[in-house]
Amino acid sequence: MEILVCVKRVPDTAENEFELNSVGNDLDRDDLVFSVNEWDNYAVEEAIQIVDNVGGSVTVVTVGDDESEEVLRREMAMGANNGVLLSDDAFEGSDGKGIASILKAEVEKGSYDLILAGAQADEGAGQVAGMLAAMLDLPYASLVNKVEVGEGKVTVGREIEGGNQEMNEIDLPCVLSIQTGINEPRYVGIRGIRKVAKVEIPVRSASDLGVDAAVIGDANAKVKRVDYFVPDLGEGAEMLEGSTDEIIATLIEKLKSKGGL
Amino acid sequence: MTQIFAYIPHQGGVAADISFEFPEAAKKLDAAATLTAVVTGSGADLDKVANSLTSLYAEVIKIDNEALAYPNGEVVRKALVNVLDANAIVLAAHDTFGMDLCPGLSIKMDSAYVADVVEFEGVDGSLLKTVRQELGGAVSTHVTCDIAAGAVITIRPGAFAPVEAGQSGAVADKSADAGDLAGKRRFLEIVEAEVGDVDITKSDVLVSVGRGIEEEDNIEIAQELAEAMHAVVSCSRPIVDAKWLEKSRQVGTSGLTVKPKVYMAMGISGSFQHMGGVKGNPFIVAVNKNPKAPIFQVADVGIVEDILEFMPELTEKVKSL
Amino acid sequence: MSSLIGPASFKIFGFFPAAVLSVLIPVVGVGLFAYIMARRLAPLVRAAPDNRLNRIPERIKNLLVLWLAQYRQPRYRTAGILHIVIFAGFLVLSIRSTSLVLVGVSDGFVLPGFDGVIGHIYNFFKDYAATAVFVACVVAAVRRGIIKPKRYSVPVQYGKDHTAEAVFVLGIICTLMISESLFEASNAAFEMAQTGHSEFLAPLSLGWIFRGMLMDLSQSTLQGLHITMFFVHDLTFFFFLCFLPMGKHFHVITSFFNVFFMRVDKGNIKPVQYGVTDEELDELESFGVKKLEDFTWKHMLDFYSCADCGRCSDQCPANAAGRPLSPRFITIKARDLMFDNYPMSGDIYKSKMLVEDIYTEDEIWSCTTCGACEQECPLGIEYIDKMVDLRRGMVDEGMVPQSLQKPLKALEKRGNPYGTMEKKRADWAKDKEFAAECAVKDLGNGDTADTLFFVDSITSFDDNIQEIARRTSKILTKAGVDFGILGKAEKDSGNEVVRFGEEMLYQDLKSHNTEEIMASGVKSIVTADPHAYNALKNDYTGLPPVRHISEVIAEKIRSGALMLKPALHPEKVYVYHDPCYLGRHNDVYEDPREALDAIDGLTRVELEKSRDRSFCCGGGGLMLFFEPEEEIRMGVLRVNMAAEAGANVIVTACPFCLVNIQDAIKVAGQEGKIEALDLTELIEEHLA
Repeated sequence: MEILVCVKRVPDTAENEFELNSVGNDLDRDDLVFSVNEWDNYAVEEAIQIVDNVGGSVTVVTVGDDESEEVLRREMAMGANNGVLLSDDAFEGSDGKGIASILKAEVEKGSYDLILAGAQADEGAGQVAGMLAAMLDLPYASLVNKVEVGEGKVTVGREIEGGNQEMNEIDLPCVLSIQTGINEPRYVGIRGIRKVAKVEIPVRSASDLGVDAAVIGDANAKVKRVDYFVPDLGEGAEMLEGSTDEIIATLIEKLKSKGGL
Repeated sequence: MTQIFAYIPHQGGVAADISFEFPEAAKKLDAAATLTAVVTGSGADLDKVANSLTSLYAEVIKIDNEALAYPNGEVVRKALVNVLDANAIVLAAHDTFGMDLCPGLSIKMDSAYVADVVEFEGVDGSLLKTVRQELGGAVSTHVTCDIAAGAVITIRPGAFAPVEAGQSGAVADKSADAGDLAGKRRFLEIVEAEVGDVDITKSDVLVSVGRGIEEEDNIEIAQELAEAMHAVVSCSRPIVDAKWLEKSRQVGTSGLTVKPKVYMAMGISGSFQHMGGVKGNPFIVAVNKNPKAPIFQVADVGIVEDILEFMPELTEKVKSL
Repeated sequence: MSSLIGPASFKIFGFFPAAVLSVLIPVVGVGLFAYIMARRLAPLVRAAPDNRLNRIPERIKNLLVLWLAQYRQPRYRTAGILHIVIFAGFLVLSIRSTSLVLVGVSDGFVLPGFDGVIGHIYNFFKDYAATAVFVACVVAAVRRGIIKPKRYSVPVQYGKDHTAEAVFVLGIICTLMISESLFEASNAAFEMAQTGHSEFLAPLSLGWIFRGMLMDLSQSTLQGLHITMFFVHDLTFFFFLCFLPMGKHFHVITSFFNVFFMRVDKGNIKPVQYGVTDEELDELESFGVKKLEDFTWKHMLDFYSCADCGRCSDQCPANAAGRPLSPRFITIKARDLMFDNYPMSGDIYKSKMLVEDIYTEDEIWSCTTCGACEQECPLGIEYIDKMVDLRRGMVDEGMVPQSLQKPLKALEKRGNPYGTMEKKRADWAKDKEFAAECAVKDLGNGDTADTLFFVDSITSFDDNIQEIARRTSKILTKAGVDFGILGKAEKDSGNEVVRFGEEMLYQDLKSHNTEEIMASGVKSIVTADPHAYNALKNDYTGLPPVRHISEVIAEKIRSGALMLKPALHPEKVYVYHDPCYLGRHNDVYEDPREALDAIDGLTRVELEKSRDRSFCCGGGGLMLFFEPEEEIRMGVLRVNMAAEAGANVIVTACPFCLVNIQDAIKVAGQEGKIEALDLTELIEEHLA
């Protein structure tokens, strides 16, 4: 089975404390550390496990700048066979639809039975996989937490509300967005990354891909992030005092406004 | 005139809570727009939902088809593309079905897509300004969306105030317009979560208990509060060590990392190891007997009380709401 | 004729010379033994290299102390004394057994030099040696077979009970003792009957008793017994020799070598591969131990040498807490695998991944590397290096629990396991009250100082533990030490990173810290974290001298630079808990105690398990992030021990011990009854 996994380099929520820059309209990016989007890591592990069972190969692809190569190498150190970097100045500022269009061009260059992506990213909208599927007219399932490969089809479980699992049967080829917890991604250390440090990773530009210039880049993005801001949060706890009844009344008001009730 | 359609999720003949929130969201999006509810499904359950919606929406479109009996993103998408106007604005819930349906729907309707919106800040020309949260809720962003050719927007459940019933709308049956609904994805079954198998990482509200709970039997008190708040009980390590709760309930660096919206820290001192598992900048309410408990440094609201007395009273009040 | 016919001249059935058998049995026995040993050596030849021919004087000292003097044996009194008797008996009797083999071809043969007074003296001791060994074996057999101390039992997940083998071998030894004595006594009884006196037999020895019992027997019976007992001894002797390499009694042969080759360093971790420098690590195809043959030859020799005494597991805190780890079976399972994969005849089997085949992942991650097992083993068997090698193999294969992947990634990205930003590393020193009282120089910002205070991650970032950093700073200031910290330039020492098998990450941390420390120009290093202390002292190379704060405190008290007030709480009972990485791994036992005792009027008791038998609190560093299956937390066991000792304050000198014990006090329900303190806190409070 030929599997393509779409991955993304993101600021790591576990290793960063996000603060705004001095102007207050963007993240303070000086000290940010990046890593592969957590959900994508599960998708790659799933792909590797599928290939271990039924044969084939895993290709990881990302749309990004030169630094995105780092996450491709990390996923290749995990066991992905190939990496492809889709990089072009023209891609910058693309919205979800733009990114999906770029990926679609890459998908059409190969012959994949299964396309996986993380269900969402910490700084994203969980949109690209579903868009890509629609553009390719392939069936799609989101939030997948179980995959069983069958003959010309896969049986997938989707994680739905209440911790329940919705089982579906999908014809191949298809696109799946993978939820965390589907497996236990293997560890990749510095040594693993160094082992694949010299592997050639092809870089494809807009013209290599033949992607339609009218859908990519900032100019063609219908959806744009304008700025970042932090909703007001005070220092330390606001101590509620008074009788228990008063405290509870105040607390309930606060909980209501914060979505706790 | 802008047309907004609200896609209504429902189960067992009852519309989801968010059906009360779409009208408010639509008003904030564009007060001048018309709002129509769209509901898909099959049979009596669908009729029941569609009829119930007439008290909230002036117009309710129902699409009845056996293929729609269980929500399937691919099939619902086909139906919506066939029934809705190409330039429509579609609102849906940012839930597990909305995430399945909407990205693809935006492609097929050739419109913009914005996900998980928590606030609308008006339309300037054809540019709609929305508010989203990113990076696990650590920061918010303003996102603009060109709605000239329509848009698909999912809103976060609970982000918009629910409206009171006050309409007397009508149901329009558009089942005939749904077209061919054959798909390549087939629903098989629902595998129910095992009893007691609660995923605390997926809950928006956590009632988290620590050593202050004192005895195993008192877990019940926290459980009652959690039920009243539609929340889930989580805990700190000593509670798991004492085997009062399962390991799957433990928050902390050695337990699970949670990203709730509201974190009720009940009798939790707030150790570094524990708070390391609380991410996403939730609203933290701390109740602790000890006024010097470090939890009060990181909490938003602090209350110095014995949780064993405080929780039952709070439960009472919440229930009576 | 005053003697029976010896085996060399005896004719079986009157015509067959017994001497033929006397030649045949040793020839076949030795030949078979040589073959068995050659097969047993086969895996060692294929094993990874190991450097064990350095530091010969220390190795000879180990031989004299641990092997010959059996120094560690009496740590378990009864078993130890029994073993010493049997061991000493074997040493004495080895001469007799050798000469007895030769008696089979030459009647009355004595080894050169043993024909005069020396021979008589030797015989006197030999008689008692045989008797003592016999008695010791009977007692040992009763212990193993009837009393059954818990330490020897085999938990069901580790296979069948080992009692039968143990008792069988004790039986063999008894047979040797009895046959040797009967051989001699039968002749002596005959001599007595003939001449009224016989060869001297030590009174109350086995031979002496047997002679008395045989006195009335006829010559032919005695003659038959004499020859029979000779061959019983001869056959048993060579059977035993060939049987030794088949099980736990292989240690009779290997212990000498195992002790000679045992580790002579403390606290350090073996290189990934001997002969491969840190710079050449990238060229290695594979890391760590994945298959049997990846172990070094010495580690394989360890497996052969284990006597199955169970002391390691009896001391192992992981085993006590019900984690899926028992060091004894780390060894036994590997030995069984070696026996299976390298059979006595036929093809050698291809080995599989050890973790999967004989070990489980949890088993290998359960070890806190506290070193209690190694400290106890009378044979010098190693565990920590094996655990680390197995973990290196697992890390290389990506088999790392999710709970450990988080902190490892944070260490890679941020230099600390919590993922907190580097620039916040010195925030503990910014506490307003503290900063007003004590200014801490930041050597990363261009300040200079004589001494570096290496804070390490937990003390830098954990809100409660930061207090140790502040107290340490105040003590150093009071003692007049010119010190500074590296601030954001410091990264985690990596003590647990290397011990959890993430070698390359450790290498990065080590080179970064080494560079920063050397650039700071300090002349000495002090730390309050024994894990950092151990890493900087034993794992890093080329640094200025490193000391733990307890050593500095003790020295400054002795010199008078630090003066202490009388005990603030004379009513409390204090107990000192030895942190593994301060005590066992670095031999710092007395300085912290000296510091406590320097407080006038402070009541201090000792834990039963203290100093080199200290019981691990649950482990430090990355161990805090790992969630093993266990029945009870090690810390809780430790707190209970303190309660039994009658203490209400547990003083320790390690941030991880403090975290674990503080947590354990709550879990054990001892809150309000027992408290835990770091040494720095106690001392700082008592600064005059």
